[in-house]
Amino acid sequence: MSAAKHKNAGFDGAVIPASSFAFDVKDANLILAHLIFSFIALFLGALAGLLQALVRAGYIVLPPMLDYYQLLTAHGVLLALVFTTFFIIGFLYSGVVKTLDGKMLASARSWAWWGFYLMLAGTIMAAITILTNDASVLYTFYAPLQASPWFYIGLVLVIVGSWFSSIAIFINYAYWRRTHKGEVSPLFAYMAVATMILWIIATIGVAVEVIFQLVPWSLGWTPRINVALSRALFWYFGHPLVYFWLLPAYIYWYVNVPRIIKGKVFSNTLPRLTFILFILYSVPVGFHHQLNEPGISNFWKFLQVVLTMIVVFPSLMTAFAIIGTFELAGRSQGAKGRFGWIRKLPWGDVRFLAPVLSMLMFIPAGAGGIVNASYQMNQVVHNTLWVTGHFHLTLATSVVLTFFGISYWLIPVLTRRTLTPGANKLGIVQSVLWIAGMLLLGITMHIVGLMGEPRRSSFSTYNDHATALSWLPYMYVIGIGGVLLFISVMLFLFAAVYLMYYAPRTDQPAEYPIGEVDESTQHPPLILERWSLWIAVTVVLVLVAYAVPIWHLMQTPLATWSPPVRTW
Amino acid sequence: MELPRYEKIWLITGSITLVIFLVLLGIMGFAMGFNPSGHMKTIAPDQVGATPPFDKPGLFTVADKEYRAVMQAKVFAFLPGEMTIPAGSKIHFEVTSPDVVHGMYIAGTNVNMMIVPGHISEFTHTFNKPGDYLILCNEYCGSGHHLMLGRIIVQ
Ligand SMILES: [Cu+2]
Repeated sequence: MSAAKHKNAGFDGAVIPASSFAFDVKDANLILAHLIFSFIALFLGALAGLLQALVRAGYIVLPPMLDYYQLLTAHGVLLALVFTTFFIIGFLYSGVVKTLDGKMLASARSWAWWGFYLMLAGTIMAAITILTNDASVLYTFYAPLQASPWFYIGLVLVIVGSWFSSIAIFINYAYWRRTHKGEVSPLFAYMAVATMILWIIATIGVAVEVIFQLVPWSLGWTPRINVALSRALFWYFGHPLVYFWLLPAYIYWYVNVPRIIKGKVFSNTLPRLTFILFILYSVPVGFHHQLNEPGISNFWKFLQVVLTMIVVFPSLMTAFAIIGTFELAGRSQGAKGRFGWIRKLPWGDVRFLAPVLSMLMFIPAGAGGIVNASYQMNQVVHNTLWVTGHFHLTLATSVVLTFFGISYWLIPVLTRRTLTPGANKLGIVQSVLWIAGMLLLGITMHIVGLMGEPRRSSFSTYNDHATALSWLPYMYVIGIGGVLLFISVMLFLFAAVYLMYYAPRTDQPAEYPIGEVDESTQHPPLILERWSLWIAVTVVLVLVAYAVPIWHLMQTPLATWSPPVRTW
Repeated sequence: MELPRYEKIWLITGSITLVIFLVLLGIMGFAMGFNPSGHMKTIAPDQVGATPPFDKPGLFTVADKEYRAVMQAKVFAFLPGEMTIPAGSKIHFEVTSPDVVHGMYIAGTNVNMMIVPGHISEFTHTFNKPGDYLILCNEYCGSGHHLMLGRIIVQ
C-alpha cells in the first residue's frame, strides 16, 4: 500500500482531510508519553483482569506466590486510576493544544511534565507495594485494612501530580482568554477546563483522606483512624471520579465525532451547560455508594439520592444532542425518510464505530446506574456482581472503547503517520470483539449479581451451598468474556505500537478532527465562562449535602475509631 | 437560552418522570418505612467482645415468630454462624465488627448490610419461604473473605 493512496484517512465516507496543522514535537512528545504510560498500565491491568476472570470461573488456580486479592488490587488501581488518568490528561492536552493557538505555552509544558513525573513516581511506588503483597487493599483501600505507607504516599503523588497537570491546562486557557478578549473560548478547551475543575474539586476529598488520615496512621503517628469518616471522604471523591472518566468521552462525542461524520456541532451553548451541570451534581452525591451503611442518617442519604438523580438532565441533553447531530449530518448528505440518515454514517470508520458502540452500550448501562442509586433498590444489588457488571458497561465499555476510538487517529496524528486501511480494519475487529466480550461478561455479571453472587470475592462454593453452586454456570460465561476482552486488548496494543512506530510516515498528517459549530446556533452566554460562580455554587451544594453528616462523623469518640489491621 | 422544541418535550417528559420516581422513593422510605440498613449507634471495635449485647452473640426470642439476632461479623466468620427459625419469622439484625469492614448479605433476600467497625448496623427482615439461606460477606475483608459465611435455616 502506498502512503499516498491513503493519505487522507477517512473510511466509508468519513471525512478527515490531510492538514497542514502538526503538533510541535515537544507537545507531541508530552502527549505520547502520557499515552504510552497509560497503555503499559492497560496491559498489566488487563493481564490481572484475565487471571481474575479465569480464577473466578474455576478454570485455573493461582500459584501460591500470587493472591487473588493482589491481582484485584492491581486490576483496579492500574485500570480505574492509572490508565484512565494518564490517557485522559494526554487526550485533553491534545485538544487544548489544537484549539488554543496550536501550541502549549512553555510554562504550561513544564507544569505538565512535573505532573507526569509525579504521577509516574507515585504509580511505581504503589505498584511495588502491590507486587510485594503489602497493599492488597483494593483500589478503594478501605480502612482499617492497612497497606504499606508507600502505597498511600504513592497515591498522594498521583493526586498531586494530576493537579500539576490540570494547572497546565488552566494556564493555556487563561492565556488564550487574555489574548482573545471578547471571544468565546473553543468548545474543546472549555470542556477540558470543566473536566479538570471537576477533578480538582473531587480529589480534594480523597487527598484529605489520604494525607490527613491514612498516611499518618500507616506511619504509626496516629494509633487509630475514624473509619466511617474515611469512607465518606473516599466516596465524596469516588462518585465524581466516574464523571472524570466519562466527560472526556463526552468531549469526543460532542466535539470530535461531528467532524468525522461530516456534521456540525449541534449547539455551542448546550454542551457547555451540560458540563456545568456535571460539575454541580457529581460531587454532593457520594452517599449513594453508602446507602446500606451505619453512621449516616436516612435523611442525608435520601437528600444525596435526589441530588444524584439530577444527572438525568445532562444525560438526556447529551443523548438528544448526539443523536440530533447524527441525524442532521445524515440529512445534509441527502438522506431520505425517517431513518435514512443512519445509513449515511461512516460505520466502516473505527473512529466513528468505536464511540458509537460505546454510546449504545451507555443506554442500558445508565439505566442500571439509576437502579444502583435508587435508595431502596440498592439493597438488591449492593456489592453483588451486578455492580461490577455496571462499571464494566460504563467505564470499561462506554469510556474505554471511546478511548480506543480516539487512539486510532490521535497516535498517527502525533507521530505524523497514517491510519492505514489495514489498521482501521483491525480497529473495527478489535472494537466488535470488545463489545462481544463485554456483553458476555457485563450482562452475565448483572444477572448473576441479581441472584446474589458477591463482587470482589475469590472463587468459592461456600461449602457447596446450593445457592452458590447455582451461580457457577454464569461464572463460566464471564470467564469466556474475560478471555475475549484480553484478546481485544492485545489487538489494540498491537495496533497502537504499529501506529506509533511502523505505520507509513507522511508529511501531511490527517487533520485533528474538531467539529465546526453550526453557525445558526446562538452565542453562548458569558455567564457560562464565569468559573468562580460555578465553583461557588458547587461549594454551596457540597456544604448543604455534606457539612452536617461529616460534622456528625467527626464527633464520634476516639474509642470507636479503629487500630490498623492486616488480614491478607 | 433557547432549546429546540423537541428537546423541550424530551426534557420535560424526563423531568416529570424523575419527579414521580423520586416522590415514590420518598413515600416508600419515609411513609412506609422501607429504608436501607444503617443506624447511628456507635461502639468501641476492640471492646466488642466485652460490650453487651455483642459479648454474647446469638438469636433471642422477642415474641412469637419474632427474633433478635445479635451478631458479630469478624475475620472470617459470622457469630452466630447458624440460626434456625420457623417460616414467617421476623428477625431484627444487630450487627457489628470487631476488626475490619465487612458486608452481611443473605442471598435471595433484601438483607444487605455494611458492617463498619465502630458502628452498629440494624435491619429487619421477615423470612416467609422455608429454605437454607446463605449468609455471606460481600465487602472485601482479607485473604479469607470468600470463605466467610453463615446459614439461616427457615423451617
Ligand atoms: Cu468479611
